[in-house]
Amino acid sequence: MEKYTFKDFKSDQEVRWCPGCGDHAVLAALQRAMPRVSEILGYDKERYVVVSGIGCSSRLPYYMDTYGFHSIHGRATAIATGIKVANPELTVWQACGDGDALAIGGNHFIHAVRRNIDINIILFNNRIYGLTKGQYSPTSKFGAITKTSPYGTVEHPFNPGSLVLGAKGTFFARGLDSELKLNEEIMVAAAVHNGTSVMEMLTNCVIFNNGAHAEISDKEYRADRTIVLRHGEKMIFGKNRDKGLVLDGLRLKVVTIGEKGITEDDILTHDSHSDNIGIHMMLADMKWPEYPVALGVIRDVNDVTYDAAVRMQVEQVAAKSKIHCVDDLLHSGSVWEVK
Amino acid sequence: MQHKVIDTKDVVIRFAGDSGDGMQLTGSLFADMSAIYGNELSTFPDFPAEIRAPHGTLSGVSGFQVHIGSGHITTPGDFCDLLVAMNPAALKTNAKWLKRTAMVLIDEDAFDEQGLQKAGFKGNPVTELGIEDRTIIVAPITSLTEESLKDSGMDIKAVHKCKNMFTLGMACFIYSRPVEYIYQYLEKKFGKKHPEMVAPNKKVLNDGYNYASNIQAIPNTYTIEPAHMPKGLYRNITGNQATAWGFLAASEKSGRPLFCGSYPITPATAILEELAIYKSLGAKTLQAEDEIAGICTAIGAAYAGDLAVTTTSGPGLSLKSEALGLAVMTELPLVVVDVQRAGPSTGIPTKTEQSDLNQVLYGRNGECPLAVVAAHSPAHCFDMAFQASKLALEHMMPLIMLSEGFLGNGSEPWRIPSMKDYPEIHPPFAGEGDIPFRPFARDPQTMVRKWGLPGQKGFEHRVGGLEKNHDGVLSSEPLNHEMMVRERAEKVARLADVIPPLEVTGSESGKLLVVGWGGTYGHLYSAVMQEREAGKDVSYAHFDYINPLPRNTAEVFGRYEKILVCELNSGHFANWLRAQYPQFTYLQCNKVQGQPFLVQELVAAMDAVL
Repeated sequence: MEKYTFKDFKSDQEVRWCPGCGDHAVLAALQRAMPRVSEILGYDKERYVVVSGIGCSSRLPYYMDTYGFHSIHGRATAIATGIKVANPELTVWQACGDGDALAIGGNHFIHAVRRNIDINIILFNNRIYGLTKGQYSPTSKFGAITKTSPYGTVEHPFNPGSLVLGAKGTFFARGLDSELKLNEEIMVAAAVHNGTSVMEMLTNCVIFNNGAHAEISDKEYRADRTIVLRHGEKMIFGKNRDKGLVLDGLRLKVVTIGEKGITEDDILTHDSHSDNIGIHMMLADMKWPEYPVALGVIRDVNDVTYDAAVRMQVEQVAAKSKIHCVDDLLHSGSVWEVK
Repeated sequence: MQHKVIDTKDVVIRFAGDSGDGMQLTGSLFADMSAIYGNELSTFPDFPAEIRAPHGTLSGVSGFQVHIGSGHITTPGDFCDLLVAMNPAALKTNAKWLKRTAMVLIDEDAFDEQGLQKAGFKGNPVTELGIEDRTIIVAPITSLTEESLKDSGMDIKAVHKCKNMFTLGMACFIYSRPVEYIYQYLEKKFGKKHPEMVAPNKKVLNDGYNYASNIQAIPNTYTIEPAHMPKGLYRNITGNQATAWGFLAASEKSGRPLFCGSYPITPATAILEELAIYKSLGAKTLQAEDEIAGICTAIGAAYAGDLAVTTTSGPGLSLKSEALGLAVMTELPLVVVDVQRAGPSTGIPTKTEQSDLNQVLYGRNGECPLAVVAAHSPAHCFDMAFQASKLALEHMMPLIMLSEGFLGNGSEPWRIPSMKDYPEIHPPFAGEGDIPFRPFARDPQTMVRKWGLPGQKGFEHRVGGLEKNHDGVLSSEPLNHEMMVRERAEKVARLADVIPPLEVTGSESGKLLVVGWGGTYGHLYSAVMQEREAGKDVSYAHFDYINPLPRNTAEVFGRYEKILVCELNSGHFANWLRAQYPQFTYLQCNKVQGQPFLVQELVAAMDAVL
């Protein structure tokens, strides 16, 4: 196998996202993650296929020097599913936006998660329709003022994490556009995971929703308003690494280490491999200001994948069947002879 | 009174009852048995959309018509020689299909006050329907079945489920059919899981047979000699089954694994069900979350190198429209089967029609021509599915295969072909000489692009819905767009170089050319033959290829004084022909009732224009 660098995954196409768009950073993380994925899993570059729907982020396949499919609005998940079932040897990546995956493509999205097909979905969440120039999306905050909601939206947003875990997803992670290293780490973990890996990337839209995630992403208070979860590590956060999460009855609670007798031992340890989807759900649901927003791999559990099950069934049935070619089929069952 | 045994050329039998009475099974067993006996046949299941419609009502009547004969049989028959009516509603809805000489077999027990009331009869149903001149055989089928099974220990519900075997037994006697085939069927069906059901069903079948032979009411019985069919092995096949098998055959001949992404929809579902069985031949079926996912998973599979198909009916095709455009734009091989039903919208889901033709020809945004082919009989669906796959794979394009509810559910005996007689399929794979890969560079003869498969080193490329140039690079350059539009259309048009020419049944030239397409073939053929036997100058051309049309179409049309286009819609194909060959005048014969043509009405239409 060849050894790759990020340059190998960069196409010669000019990147046409707006300057300052959060998508640039996610693309950079992906181009850096892929050589690492190749190294870990032994994948040649020609095994990568990047699929997308419609929207700003869906331009991504053109910027990757891999096989790519820029499809139609909302349908990338279905197309990625077909590719993976047809050839499970391929490593299939999908780029989609919040409108693409959760509005027009919501049905395909939840069903891919339900089937646990082995694809890696990067969900660029900027809480806005960018390519159509600024309409609210299914993740826009309640009351968001946009071109189609001049007086504020009157509908509740989806939390992609809750949606994925509600569909019994096996992998969910959250990144933030400016956290290049973390995003790369998430992408590698997603590639290693067997099954549908959903990576929500909180991205900024400088033109139509500037500061989409500023309340947590701003450098000044990012450390206090987010928590990076890593399997086996204590759920500690804050500029001074003095805040942590504990369970208070059936709810999570933010505590300060050193106050009211709390020590580091009292803080929860993150178990992304746990069967307990409840705790993962609580972590994915955390919202500022009550909680820090969880980043990193929140859930990563093993289960049988759809593509492997399809392949296994074909093999099992073939081993038992008496029909091995079409001539066998044509002569099977009730047949009579005219002499 | 002695039964007279009459040797007859062909008979039409219609089994009708409540949708839970098992009439579809009874009819298809009678058909299968007759096929094995050596008759030619054609069947027509005519059932409501409800699985179990309200008991005893007119809307809940389910019918199965079978036409068997010793000669060439091409239709399920217009009118029937025997109507089996399991209740008053079945009699009422089907009396119009009785021949003057027909026999009617009714279950007396179902003709009680309640049953008559539900069917809307006020007095004697026979006189109300004006069928007194037919031979009416009144038999207490329900109570005789109860009597037959009184010592079986079965509950009354299970006993009543065997009624149809009693009826079948009677039909076997009337048409001198051996019951052994039914025995074999019962043993196969119940032998393993419900062995206790074999003996009671056999007993009821026999009691029905014996009852019919003992009663005086049946004046004559009939024999229908085996037909003189070409030698060989035969089987019965429905159109949907044949479609599925045709894809498996194309998969074998192309070496491309078969992928079917579909969503259940009447009357196309059986294709997906059938393919789901044959995993041993490598078929992968994905029951998608919706129609759009059905076609999109198939497009994904096509990109990855599978023989990709999706199967649907009219409403599903509407949902697939946008993705069809994507398949046209990405120039990927894909076969879409549309088993047409009566529309628009949900329409009449279980009834047949040819009214999706405009949709498949025109129903997409942008300049988006698609190749369209149509099967003309249940068994022909095999060849058409094979051919559709071959064209799609070799010409790198999506293609629509039209079928119809009438074909999908209908069946006919089929002489089993040998796969060695089918051609190999050679998709235009990209090879070493194609590097650097230009995904939309074309063969100058066929306009076909090369297929670069993910996983192949050196062919990394992007496809998608945006306009591109030959290099696969995005382009909104005006002249490039126009060139690509023309090239995609030209690629479809040049299929005419490889499809067979239009053939004419009848005279080389003459007064009237009857034109048809799709599942009306059998009826049109019969009607034309009837006209010709009566000495009338009528010939017949049937189109299996709709877009493009065969190269010799205009040349054929020019040899006749009049052209009559017959179709089960308001004139879609006639308009298509007008657009392609405006130099001819096209007369029309149209029917939009959710029902096939009757031979009789076609003959009248031909007479009217002669």
